Amino acid sequence: MGATLAGWLQILLLVSVLAASYRPLGDLLARTLTDRGHWRVERALYRLGGVDGDADQTWPGYLRSLLAFAAVSVLFLYGFLRLQNHLPLSIGMPPVPADGAFNTAVSFATNTNWQWYSGETTLGHLAQMAGLAVQNFLSAAMGIAVAAALLRGFTRRQTDRVGNFWTDLTRITVRVLLPLAFVFAIVLVAGGAIQNFHGVREITTLSGDTQALTGGPVASQEAIKQLGTNGGGFYAANSAHPFENPTALTNIIEIYLLLVIPVSLPRAFGRLVGDQRQGYAILTVMVLIWAVSVAIVTANEVHGAGSPAGHAAGGMLEGKEQRLGVWASALFAVSTTLTSCGAVNSAHDSFTPGGGGMLIFNMLLGEIAPGGVGSGLYGILVLAVVAVFVAGLMVGRTPEYLGKKLGGREMKFASLYILTTPALVLVGTASAMASRGARAKVLNTGEHGYSEILYAFGSAANNNGSAFAGLAAGGTWYNTALGLAMLFGRFLPIVFVLALAGSLARQRPVPVTAGTLPTHRPQFVGLLVGVVLIIVGLTYFPALSLGPIAEALS
Amino acid sequence: MPRTARRPGRPHGPKKTTDRSHRGPGGLPDPALFRHALPGACRKLDPRTLYRNPVMFVVEVGAVLTTALAIEDPSVFSWLITVWLWATVVFANLAEAVAEGRGKAQADTLRRTRTATTARRLVDWRPGSRRPEERPVPAAELTLGDHVVVEAGQTIPGDGDIVEGIASVDESAITGESAPVIRESGGDRSAVTGGTRVLSDRIVVRITSRPGETFIDRMIALVEGAARQKTPNEIALNILLASLTIVFLLVVVTLQSLAGYGRAQQPLVVLVALAVALIPTTIGALLSAIGIAGMDRLVQRNVLAMSGRAVEAAGDVDTLLLDKTGTITLGNREAAELIPVGGTEPLALADAAQLSSLADETPEGRSIVVLTKERHQLRARAEGELAHAEFVPFTAQTRMSGVDLGGEDARQLRKGAATAVIEWVRDNGGQPADEVGPVVDGIAAGGGTPLVVGETITGGAGTTARVLGVIHLKDVVKEGMRERFEELRRMGIRTVMITGDNPKTARAIAREAGVDDFLAEATPEDKMALIKREQAGGKLVAMTGDGTNDAPALAQADVGVAMNTGTSAAKEAGNMVDLDSNPTKLIEIVEIGKQLLITRGALTTFSIANDVAKYFAIIPAMFAVAYPSLAKLNIMGLHSPESAITSAIVFNALIIVALIPLALRGVRYRPASAAGLLGRNLSLYGLGGLVLPFVGIKLIDLIVQFLPGLR
Repeated sequence: MGATLAGWLQILLLVSVLAASYRPLGDLLARTLTDRGHWRVERALYRLGGVDGDADQTWPGYLRSLLAFAAVSVLFLYGFLRLQNHLPLSIGMPPVPADGAFNTAVSFATNTNWQWYSGETTLGHLAQMAGLAVQNFLSAAMGIAVAAALLRGFTRRQTDRVGNFWTDLTRITVRVLLPLAFVFAIVLVAGGAIQNFHGVREITTLSGDTQALTGGPVASQEAIKQLGTNGGGFYAANSAHPFENPTALTNIIEIYLLLVIPVSLPRAFGRLVGDQRQGYAILTVMVLIWAVSVAIVTANEVHGAGSPAGHAAGGMLEGKEQRLGVWASALFAVSTTLTSCGAVNSAHDSFTPGGGGMLIFNMLLGEIAPGGVGSGLYGILVLAVVAVFVAGLMVGRTPEYLGKKLGGREMKFASLYILTTPALVLVGTASAMASRGARAKVLNTGEHGYSEILYAFGSAANNNGSAFAGLAAGGTWYNTALGLAMLFGRFLPIVFVLALAGSLARQRPVPVTAGTLPTHRPQFVGLLVGVVLIIVGLTYFPALSLGPIAEALS
Repeated sequence: MPRTARRPGRPHGPKKTTDRSHRGPGGLPDPALFRHALPGACRKLDPRTLYRNPVMFVVEVGAVLTTALAIEDPSVFSWLITVWLWATVVFANLAEAVAEGRGKAQADTLRRTRTATTARRLVDWRPGSRRPEERPVPAAELTLGDHVVVEAGQTIPGDGDIVEGIASVDESAITGESAPVIRESGGDRSAVTGGTRVLSDRIVVRITSRPGETFIDRMIALVEGAARQKTPNEIALNILLASLTIVFLLVVVTLQSLAGYGRAQQPLVVLVALAVALIPTTIGALLSAIGIAGMDRLVQRNVLAMSGRAVEAAGDVDTLLLDKTGTITLGNREAAELIPVGGTEPLALADAAQLSSLADETPEGRSIVVLTKERHQLRARAEGELAHAEFVPFTAQTRMSGVDLGGEDARQLRKGAATAVIEWVRDNGGQPADEVGPVVDGIAAGGGTPLVVGETITGGAGTTARVLGVIHLKDVVKEGMRERFEELRRMGIRTVMITGDNPKTARAIAREAGVDDFLAEATPEDKMALIKREQAGGKLVAMTGDGTNDAPALAQADVGVAMNTGTSAAKEAGNMVDLDSNPTKLIEIVEIGKQLLITRGALTTFSIANDVAKYFAIIPAMFAVAYPSLAKLNIMGLHSPESAITSAIVFNALIIVALIPLALRGVRYRPASAAGLLGRNLSLYGLGGLVLPFVGIKLIDLIVQFLPGLR
């Protein structure tokens, strides 16, 4: 089978399994977010945490609970990493340095999973399992919870309540993430991923060298790493490591896992607002951007080789796994940069300038196509609010989306949302450029080195977590700066989304008439794609032109 | 009959006789207005006022910065940029000043009418006072509850209600309408406005406004824009624009550091130019002019909106409550058909109908005469032509009118309400034909009013009485209303007809006019309940009203348009006043509200789309030296980096001037569905905004490159 045919078949397979799970998973999510009853285990958890599972919170209350929980998560994880040498199953790893522990704690609690370290040489099994993997579940659930609060803003009328954070968090974890992660961990084990508690083993390779291989509970972490769009690998090589991602089949399963929840959330959205067409419109925007991105990156990687030898090898194979090939690497890379997952099965640094630039652009889009779990949906809905505002004026009415008017308050929060990430990316990148020490960490010179830094801040502020490689991103400066970018890049937008939710919930819905801007038609889909591209394009065009664009054009 | 003062719908009727402002053809400001506005535009450079417009404030700060840089290190380029940045701010101010200037001209006209009049205040006036004591006081000192007397030729000193007398009043100072109107004490036509002139008779007026708060005072404040506050939607848009401005400032500020990596730092002048090119200056410059012009468009149509908020709400209206009489139908019923009964010759019925209506001066009576003339070629006979004719006027008791013709075979003709005429025939010994009942009922069921024509002939053979036939009077739906309601439906607006008629009649008229719903036998309470019901469903309601009993509903409605002929209570309660007192205008008001929002949206889209071309001009100009590959982005083939940046800035400034007329006039609005409107405006202003600057910047570059000293 030729690489091209195999590539097309993989894409076809991926799209069909995603399409097949759209309804059941979307419906499961919708039921989870709207159910009035509690499971017994959930009741036990509420009693344990001392919270009232039936209480309905205002948006500041919801936010306070969320921030308190996040703060505890960061502190807990920080302590875990600093004290891991005292804990069992540490396989002899020393404590993580302070700046590194801060960076990692923030990274996993914000669903970014940026990794400055190599997992196999820095972390013990317990830190991986009870520290990082737990956050993989909870940070993902937190994202979906915020999306749920925003959806309630649209669906509820004249109330100041947007739901209960603790119930949302618990249910999403217990009813959706845990069962799915459990099933797919077993699937991955069946596919060849490892799951054990071995320490480091010395083996002798065929050529007679010795190699240290670290075992560990990989498959269980791998499943939620993909499913929760976390992306923090057990090993430094992430999904390029054969223990994490052994075969072409597990590769497709992993891509499927990282896309499946963000892609199904529009279904839940359609269910909650009582109009499936709205869900399909949002889904179409996501799929369009994803498809175009896959096309561009794949074309660049397959045809970018230039030399006949490169073509013979099936395109740009540098930095890509031989057993996965160019198509599967490009597909994985696009999906991971568009979902805020950040798991990688290839070195993005080695992509062609056009392909690599596209990956940066994917992240800078704000992780909305389909975006991180929950964060993708709320991100695209905020952009939809902006699109509806401008377009709504053009039909001669005070703009309204899903029956809620978009006035000063709503625009304030939407504007602040779209302002936050560019500010973090640009200010972060600019200060790295201005700092001699930070500049020195770059492996390459010229445009490519520039892209490495832009990628790092784009990844951190957008909570993606993938790395361009080439940037030695450890050290106090980067650990602190990127840690702050992740922290603000996660929680400031959440503040604005929850405030927006509160503001929307308070309104009385406006009835739909022929004069209302329809938000389910191809016209709106095109408009939203345009707004996403123009707002992001205009913001990052100068920054991109100095790196990826200059490199790609030369 | 003051109601006849209402004229039928006149969407694009002839211009008013009085010159309300200085306009060139097509509603565009003439060049003189620009000249007059220039000093004002320069005064607005004061940062203490400009800070209210964040976008232009940033441009001004940039201009100050480049001025300092140009002085310190002069070059043709830096001076060019400086001059054009200042021009950008001045052009923005000019747009606002021109918009305000149109209102100022109107305010001046109004102010002239407010010249110091002396009021004849009556001390301790009571109803029926014979010779009240009179004291002259300056009009400005009149206050609530004072009574004044005004006689023919005098100007009414303040707003008030007539408490005694009736007069014809010339209100042209306010309405621009030269025909006098009748005002009388009691009822719904008692309100008079200060500054208008009594033409005949004598009235006593109770003053209802405090000094300085009269209708004219408020009108002056409104048209001058003194009372202008940012409307909710304007605030929301401003927030979006401000945040885009911040994003682009961040882009430019951080760019210097990013460029430093490749040793491609830029001169400060270039960075300022880039920032100004990127921030949404076009819409920022025109936003307030759009708002002022929107109010002004209402004033041109003789509608005074008490707040900009009301104008915006008009664009959002979901339900229109329209009074049947005068809005949907012409004020009067007209004879539509003559139906003979009992074997009567049609011509005989027509003759009888005409004779009985000759002296009937009501519009219905006249319409019968007209009908018989047109259908049956019966010449209208003058009253004197008939010998021995004695006309019987209509009274509320008999509910009939007619004529008694003397001579041998004395003939009496009566027309009137069916029951009255039938009874009259029976009293005179006649037996009405059987079909009368069904015919009468049929007409009533169809929404018409039946008038029965009866006859008695007293001759040698005694008296014979019979019913000759029935006249079908019907409401005449104004021409074009059906189409307008069709348009409204496409715009998503539901129309509800309000009428005092019975449900049967109301349904028939509603069907004929094409309204979506009707409220029959409506009382003010019903109206109020309907508004509240609609609002509970999240809908915005607009209505017109004039009577005092309309006041609560006017206040409850989101857009309440009071007729100028109405009571002061109604005018207080509504948030707009229609000086023409034309209820059909509600539809135009809705369109103006929509047009205002569309103009804002269109220019915002245009402004943002413009940035794409500016990037393609400026980015290669900035970085092509350090990053030679970026020269490929210079797809316009601009002459040199300096000419490219200059061209972008010049285009940025000129596009503001070019769009001032559009901002003042508003974008063209055609009623259509939301999707249709969006598609049209997106392709026009979105796509246009994308393409136009490529052409414009290239053209400017073709000229600018020849400037000496520009590298």
